[in-house]
Amino acid sequence: MRTGSQAGRIRRPSRRSVLKGIAAGTAFVACAPYAVGQQSQRVVVIGGGFAGASCARALRAFAPDVAITLVERGRRFTACPFSNAVIAGLRALDQQQFGYDALSREGIEIVHRAAIGVDPQARQVRLDDGAILEYARLVVTPGIDLRFDAIPGYDESATEAMPHAWKAGDQTALLRRQLEAMEDGGVVVMSVPANPFRCPPGPYERASLIAHYLKTSKPRSKLIVLDAKDAFSKQRLFEAAWKELYAGLLEWVPLSFGGQVTEIDVASQTLVTEFGSHRADVANVVPPQRAGAIAEAAGVADRTGWCPIDPATFESRLQPNIHVLGDAAIAGAMPKSAFAANSQAKVCAAAIAQLLRGEAPAAQKLVNTCYSLIAPDYGISIAGVYYPKDGMLADVEGAGGASPQDVPLSFRQDEARHAESWFGTITAEVFG
Amino acid sequence: MRLDASRSDSRCFWLWVCGTATAALLMITSSAAADSSPSKLPPSGAASCSGCHAPAAVAGTVPAIAGLPAQEIAAAMMAFRADQRPSTVMNRIAKGFTDEEIRAIADWLASRQDQAAKP
Repeated sequence: MRTGSQAGRIRRPSRRSVLKGIAAGTAFVACAPYAVGQQSQRVVVIGGGFAGASCARALRAFAPDVAITLVERGRRFTACPFSNAVIAGLRALDQQQFGYDALSREGIEIVHRAAIGVDPQARQVRLDDGAILEYARLVVTPGIDLRFDAIPGYDESATEAMPHAWKAGDQTALLRRQLEAMEDGGVVVMSVPANPFRCPPGPYERASLIAHYLKTSKPRSKLIVLDAKDAFSKQRLFEAAWKELYAGLLEWVPLSFGGQVTEIDVASQTLVTEFGSHRADVANVVPPQRAGAIAEAAGVADRTGWCPIDPATFESRLQPNIHVLGDAAIAGAMPKSAFAANSQAKVCAAAIAQLLRGEAPAAQKLVNTCYSLIAPDYGISIAGVYYPKDGMLADVEGAGGASPQDVPLSFRQDEARHAESWFGTITAEVFG
Repeated sequence: MRLDASRSDSRCFWLWVCGTATAALLMITSSAAADSSPSKLPPSGAASCSGCHAPAAVAGTVPAIAGLPAQEIAAAMMAFRADQRPSTVMNRIAKGFTDEEIRAIADWLASRQDQAAKP
């Protein structure tokens, strides 16, 4: 709980001075019409993606007396899982989009602003309209920011010509339009970063589904995947399927064969590697990433750009009373996936409910399952079970792993159907 | 006279308003009290299940499991773990749990009658 002396650290302006401040356009600390200085315990969640929205809802169920405020700039969330199917023309973008009405109905306060600062000592979040939210505990789920300083030539303006489409939405639609507009016989080039990044199998699912589109609609075209590493998630399954389905159409170039993109020239649509250069008719550049900006502002990101956490409570290693979940967190063996974010969110919500009641949270095992589509009726998966060990989330030995190698096609068809079922289930649990 | 009558009417009206408001408040308070019973916290691993297994009313191709008898859930998990029951992914997941953890998960899922199939 906050103490009186902590409360006294922030200037509390009168209503008149607030109005004067707003009128003058000054960015001083102002009390705003959101829940400020509540008597009851309040948890603030920054970010309304799979991690943040899941955590808010789970906390509502586990701790009904706790006030919850979700800070999310957007009014509609566009989900990344299955957005590769949108890029391949197999799905509409609006099937990826979800709102926050269900969370509102459960009494979760939704504030459509951006969080721009956190004072961990005073336990306060500052919003872009100057408002201050006080918290007993804060959950930071900002997802990823793309590092536009990582590949020379690939800055934010370059994304208009060479989309990343690694945050779903307009970029997804842009890449789809570019593929549609491309002549048959064109060359598509993808650039894939080194680890860690959001959705480890995602680039290879995307390559597969773009190849599916080219094979069915523009069969004289070619897809080159330039990769900054030599190994990737579910690699044996992907490579076997590519040989079977997309031979001669999809070429994967690993690091040791010149896969690392060192420079990009947007004007000539050229990706330069250590071994040469590739001119693209359509280029999809997935740049290196780090935790979303508020993580650094809150002091919960370390020098890697990601956020170290306690594996049982997801509390930051760097700041007390702040929990970090989802893609932004360093979760050991757990990948940066929507499923992982949702699992972590429920475990973190249970831990917060216990901490607020003065109880000691119990360590929990967590599960992840990631599906990838290689073609519309060809699905594969990777699963893992994790537990806190030596301060990290470690794999439970003997559990998890990728889909088996030698199975009948019906197995792949079943997993493609399970993938779709999973998306319906998880989005209903989080937003429905 | 008319004035007095109207005063008395007005008093009645305000009494009615207060009474109704109090009743409404009591209803709200009691419903809030009903809503505010916290859900039982999931045992180790159980929070992850609902990522794929939806409540019965909305389940897709992945079967609903909340509200099934605990014995049935535990037996299925143990069969998956031993590769004695065919599956796509559950055999890989079940291998991550001990007998004791499986029984605790099964008991917790069985208690989720609000998500069970309606008879």
